[in-house]
Amino acid sequence: MSEKVVKELDRVVIKFSGDSGDGMQLAGTQFSDTSALLGNDIATFPDYPAEIRAPQGTVGGVSGFQLHFGHIEVYTSGDAADVLVAMNPAALKANMKWVKPGGTIIIDIDTFTPKNLKKAGCDEDPLKDKKFGDFHIIEAPISNLTQETLKESGLDKKSILRSKNMFALGMVYWLFNRSMDHTLEFFDKKFAKVPQIAEANKSVLRAGFNFANTIEALASYRVEPAKIEKGTYRNINGNIATAWGLLAAAEKSNLDLFIGSYPITPATDILQELAARKDLGVKSFQAEDEIAGICTAIGASFSGSMAVTTTSGPGLALKSEAIGLAVMTELPLVIVNVQRGGPSTGLPTKTEQSDLSQALYGRNGESPVPIIAASTPSDCFQYAFEASKIALEHMTPVILLTDGYIANGSEPWKIPAMKDMPVITPPLAKANDKDYQPYKRDNQRLARQWAVAGIEGLEHRIGGLEKMDITGTISYVPENHQLMTDLREGKVNKIADFIPELEIMGDEDADVCMIGWGGTYGHLISTMNELREEGKKVALLNFNYIKPLPKNTEEVLAKFKKRIVCELNLGQFVDYLRSYFPEYKYHQYNKVQGLPFTVSELKEVVTKVMEEK
Amino acid sequence: MIETKSYTAKDFKSDQEVRWCAGCGDMAILNAVQKAMAEMDHKIEDYAVISGIGCSSRFPYYMNTYGFHSIHGRAGAIASGVKTANPKLSVWQITGDGDALAIGGNHFIHEIRRNVDLNIILFNNEIYGLTKGQFSPTSRFGQKTKTSPYGTVEHPFHPGELTIGAQGKYFARGIDNNVKLNIEIFKDAEKHAGTSVIEVLQNCVIFNNGAHSALTDREHKEDRTIIVKHGEPLIFGKEKNKGLVLDGLKLKVVTIGENGVTKEDILVHDAHEEDPILHLALINMRFPDFPVAFGVIRAVKAHTYDERVEAQIKEVKATAKIKNMDDLLNSGSTWDVE
Repeated sequence: MSEKVVKELDRVVIKFSGDSGDGMQLAGTQFSDTSALLGNDIATFPDYPAEIRAPQGTVGGVSGFQLHFGHIEVYTSGDAADVLVAMNPAALKANMKWVKPGGTIIIDIDTFTPKNLKKAGCDEDPLKDKKFGDFHIIEAPISNLTQETLKESGLDKKSILRSKNMFALGMVYWLFNRSMDHTLEFFDKKFAKVPQIAEANKSVLRAGFNFANTIEALASYRVEPAKIEKGTYRNINGNIATAWGLLAAAEKSNLDLFIGSYPITPATDILQELAARKDLGVKSFQAEDEIAGICTAIGASFSGSMAVTTTSGPGLALKSEAIGLAVMTELPLVIVNVQRGGPSTGLPTKTEQSDLSQALYGRNGESPVPIIAASTPSDCFQYAFEASKIALEHMTPVILLTDGYIANGSEPWKIPAMKDMPVITPPLAKANDKDYQPYKRDNQRLARQWAVAGIEGLEHRIGGLEKMDITGTISYVPENHQLMTDLREGKVNKIADFIPELEIMGDEDADVCMIGWGGTYGHLISTMNELREEGKKVALLNFNYIKPLPKNTEEVLAKFKKRIVCELNLGQFVDYLRSYFPEYKYHQYNKVQGLPFTVSELKEVVTKVMEEK
Repeated sequence: MIETKSYTAKDFKSDQEVRWCAGCGDMAILNAVQKAMAEMDHKIEDYAVISGIGCSSRFPYYMNTYGFHSIHGRAGAIASGVKTANPKLSVWQITGDGDALAIGGNHFIHEIRRNVDLNIILFNNEIYGLTKGQFSPTSRFGQKTKTSPYGTVEHPFHPGELTIGAQGKYFARGIDNNVKLNIEIFKDAEKHAGTSVIEVLQNCVIFNNGAHSALTDREHKEDRTIIVKHGEPLIFGKEKNKGLVLDGLKLKVVTIGENGVTKEDILVHDAHEEDPILHLALINMRFPDFPVAFGVIRAVKAHTYDERVEAQIKEVKATAKIKNMDDLLNSGSTWDVE
């Protein structure tokens, strides 16, 4: 083995891309798990087509997995790739504009046949195009060498080619000076019952590693472990973190968790995870439609469960009327909306922040609902917990907004201990309480008591018709409707007394204050950090509590000369801020491409605002 | 043995003034429910009465139990959630032909398919009452209403047929003015584990008065209706001399004593037969060719959704490695940072 030249890097972005059947998600996950075990900070994002079986070899059928890891903190899955693995011409075509100048591209040269180029819609072989760009191309005969490696294995050609992703992974492991142990063990466990398959994958992985070593095509890289807080860590994606945050809230409130949901991309994983959690007593109800999903949850709330429904944009639209019912009946309910590109079916597998207005205003009547947004894959846990806590303690439906980017993205997460989580205390009414009145409220929260069906002596009726204050009987009295409308609004506003104040990140005396909410946090904080490293004065306000807003919002907004609100929509949050604080001027940067921001575009935009007179 | 208190119908009456139109069939159904519940084995706090929207859906306000007047069409979904979350409750879904079969049709068929242990009372007056007189999914073909001034051109649903189509295990039919029969049915339905669909033919005095008058007419009702009882021959008529026999695959009305027909030739009703063919035939008997069937037509045992949900959780918990959140958080692949 020759002497290795090793370059040290702060952080690296790798993208594995190929046909949706090429196993790119597995290759990417294996690399990120290995890096996490070595102590790197990581953010990942899978990018796959909406069609389960898009035509093979076409650009529409390209599936990708991007991961960003570093020995300094990483907040996003990265703008552009340092290394791209392209298993066919379509993958190269779809991704080459996302490779950094001077970056490395590993291609399976065996797939670059005229037929495949045609399928990818390439008139000419991009590799032969002089304008192709300044990349370091490694043309590896991945398909042939995979077949060569397994020719004695007794497997058929189709099965053999299925492990070519491991050849590519082996090459990348060599490139980044990584041990293959984690992946080797993974195959031993995963295919314990079919050792032939385990061996085949392991051989191909080693073959890829050895091939990269043999060709010594370029320097190997090393990314040192990150300086990470001590503790026990795991990788987690946003959807699993959401499911677990809900479970944690059920445990801390001593209630059974009931989820009534209908499968919808990209929220389905939450339902799937909770359906698997029978060990923790979860009752999962896969309903006949979105409406039944929320209605079963409302029913479960009426009979005393911590009730949840999960969905994405179009599903939230279908649930609107029932959310209004939960507002009127003042029952606790968590509605998780994993935002995707809209309107209508839109871009189901792509990310967007365009359901904010729907969450705020998408119901008939005066129908206030608290809204919380999570920012990162792992903090979905915290905000799902918070959303549940608010729902249960304030007797209200709560909408939790996440998005496709953080829902599917993953990152290492320091595992919390349940003893450190706050207790949740819903205002449960006591059996035979002679003073119980269905719509009597406490002063602090304006929450009514929760008299769960089945409790002796508290029989009462609720419903969608306007209620008489205190007694909860039907009332058409004009003044009462005004009062109840004000009370419902007031109850939601009072939540501001129970949520943390807004924190200023970066420079208090910044020239520009960046403002964002929810899942764009990673890109915004990275932008702020890079600009500050360049000596610029920048601050960031990241909103997780949208309705009500933190109490110090105006005070904080007033501190800055220039503000720019960056959102993956046409300006829904900035309009919301304008409606409350019209006296301030807001710049805005909006993007609706189904893609997250890139740090480089944000830096450009913020710099421009900074330089404006 | 369930510990019981003794109740009277009065215990189930709330303090709210009943606001249905004078002469509305709903009043009699309300009385029957209150009387029936007083005779059942549950404590009052264990009843939950869940409705959608429509005249009949006002029902929960008049009951002194837990009650939920929800949104149009969704009572079935809400009731399913109530029961699944807390299976000890006796859950009653109150709905109408519009609420259950038009806007709520999807929930109706799916709650039946799942066999959630609910009791559904479907008030069928073949008209929209609360919105004042438009045709419903059970209005008869050609019926003139405010939205079908020239007659409907739609085929109506028959709730029983739909129940069987959705794999229903229990179907009974009552009629508003026969309180005694309704009480019997409600008590029987409550004992049945699974979704019990009870269609109650109900008269809307304002917008569809007399829709069922052929069946309530004192002079003829015994010849035009048959009350079926499990294990008893399907005999009816003022003279108790008419009966049902099978003629090929179809039912036929015969007269005992004519053409050599004896009592022994008459079909005996078997509500517990799993095969729904005869039940469907009984459900589909219509005036004037046949007597209209009332009583418990189908009552077949099958596992219920809520009971299976509970059982599955119990089974999984028995051998689960993950017992609490800390276990879950630390499960799978983790690593320590020193």
